[in-house]
Amino acid sequence: MENLLSYLGESQDAIYIFILATFVGIEVIAKVPTVLHTPLMSGSNALSGVVIVGSVIVLGKADPTNYMTLALGFLAVLLATLNVVGGFAVTHRMLGMFKKRDNTRKP
Amino acid sequence: MIVNIISLCYLVAVVLFIVGIRWMAHPDTARKGNLTALWGMVLAIAAAFFTPGLENIVLILVAMVIGTAVGLWMAQSVQMTAMPQMVSFFNGMGGASAALIGLVEYGGLPGHEIGRGSVLMASVILGSVSFSGSLVAMGKLQGVLKDIRVNKVLGFMLLLSAIALAGYVLTADAAHPALVYAVVLISLLYGLAFVYPIGGADMPVVISLLNALTGVTAATTGVLYDNKVMLMGGILVGSAGLLLTLLMAKAMNRSVLDILFKSFGSASGAAATGVAGDQTVREINQYDTAILLSYAKKVVVVPGYGLAVAQAQHIVHDLEKALAEKGVELIYGIHPVAGRMPGHMNVLLAESDVSYDLLVEMDNVNPQLPSTDVVMVIGANDVVNPAANDDPSSPIYGMPIIEVSKAKNVIVIKRGMSAGYAGIENPLFFLENTKMLFGDAKKVLTGLVAEVKNM
Repeated sequence: MENLLSYLGESQDAIYIFILATFVGIEVIAKVPTVLHTPLMSGSNALSGVVIVGSVIVLGKADPTNYMTLALGFLAVLLATLNVVGGFAVTHRMLGMFKKRDNTRKP
Repeated sequence: MIVNIISLCYLVAVVLFIVGIRWMAHPDTARKGNLTALWGMVLAIAAAFFTPGLENIVLILVAMVIGTAVGLWMAQSVQMTAMPQMVSFFNGMGGASAALIGLVEYGGLPGHEIGRGSVLMASVILGSVSFSGSLVAMGKLQGVLKDIRVNKVLGFMLLLSAIALAGYVLTADAAHPALVYAVVLISLLYGLAFVYPIGGADMPVVISLLNALTGVTAATTGVLYDNKVMLMGGILVGSAGLLLTLLMAKAMNRSVLDILFKSFGSASGAAATGVAGDQTVREINQYDTAILLSYAKKVVVVPGYGLAVAQAQHIVHDLEKALAEKGVELIYGIHPVAGRMPGHMNVLLAESDVSYDLLVEMDNVNPQLPSTDVVMVIGANDVVNPAANDDPSSPIYGMPIIEVSKAKNVIVIKRGMSAGYAGIENPLFFLENTKMLFGDAKKVLTGLVAEVKNM
């Protein structure tokens, strides 16, 4: 218990960020029109691929002789990359259609 | 020195994330927003490469090249109709990655670090649930997996046992290292049990929730490394996904808890018998429909998932143009949960160059319906089911619908008399002003365009 409490004390910064970021996220997205729900969901999905940073660190710090760790880390980087690249690309494709719509609307 | 530069890069990346999401929430800046967030991500990844003591660079690069190639290929080749599945899939990959990171870190964890260990276990459990849950959601949308009733208590027990086992692994003196894999296994099973029983009609809400879950998982991983960019990015996604989830549930007039813990299937038996009286269905042919449309003043099209499946979004735009030449006003009535994702119909119709002004949201289209001559329901079912308004025994009772029965004529284009995705009978089909036009949406609409042009 004491162990846990002292960890919470050490992680104060993280806890503050956690709370503040929650409100930032809600505020930033609060006024989104229905039209953009799907692209936004897709875009935020791409952002959740930020775990890629962690996966790079994990694989980068893995012991080069421990094949199990290397394999897991390799897979972690690969899957996170898939999340990031696929996420942004799909979002870009969806939003491309909105741009086309804007062009046809002007004349 | 290098550590400070890395921190600075992470800080800039976080700002780019926030600005990017902010811009993504407005139609005019959405593209710019996505690219901004992308640059933030590139910066964060680049900075991660300079983490002191990083090895195995070649291996990292190889994994990234493979991931990039496969990701780009999948994103380019997927059809617009399958977009929701794709998002669900990519979401699951992020969850899996977080779970794997947790697994690797567990191997290097000094004994009895309860605080760090709990965060790590949270990553493992949440990541695994997000992975298996997302894949089930994908399979259900794809139509590969059917609804299976899973006892809620059993599902809950799975989650509890995963947490309990994680607690044991962290605190016991001689816990076998392989037990952490048992935690993963049970969490994966919970993901299955969690999503499997939820009705297909509720999938948008579930995907949104799983998306939020992956965000939170990324954030817990960020806590693990005391990494601010992961923490902020993850939480941003977490709150975005949660807000979207609530908006969706609100649109269906149901609570998120109801959706997650009371599946549609449990009540559909009562609903099927709820339809009483005259069960005659009136059919109409293409020619008569074309006449009805050509001489109408105002037509409202209510699209649903069937439009997406039939790939009929272009042809419906052709019909709109053909009718416009005859001076008929055609607008689209968009239900917030039509299709398989919020805004699914908007994306689909935007793809075929339908003007943004013609897409009218439910609350704005409903008052216009009494003065509408013809409503054409294309591949939608539950979102126009009047039982939601007047049959308290119906499982969808209370869900706001597009009240098409108020229009003078309702034409329902449908392949057959099967029930909608929620598995509920639709009394609309038996109303006196409703006529059924049976057939594949694309074929029927193509025929209609030709007939209208010939009028």
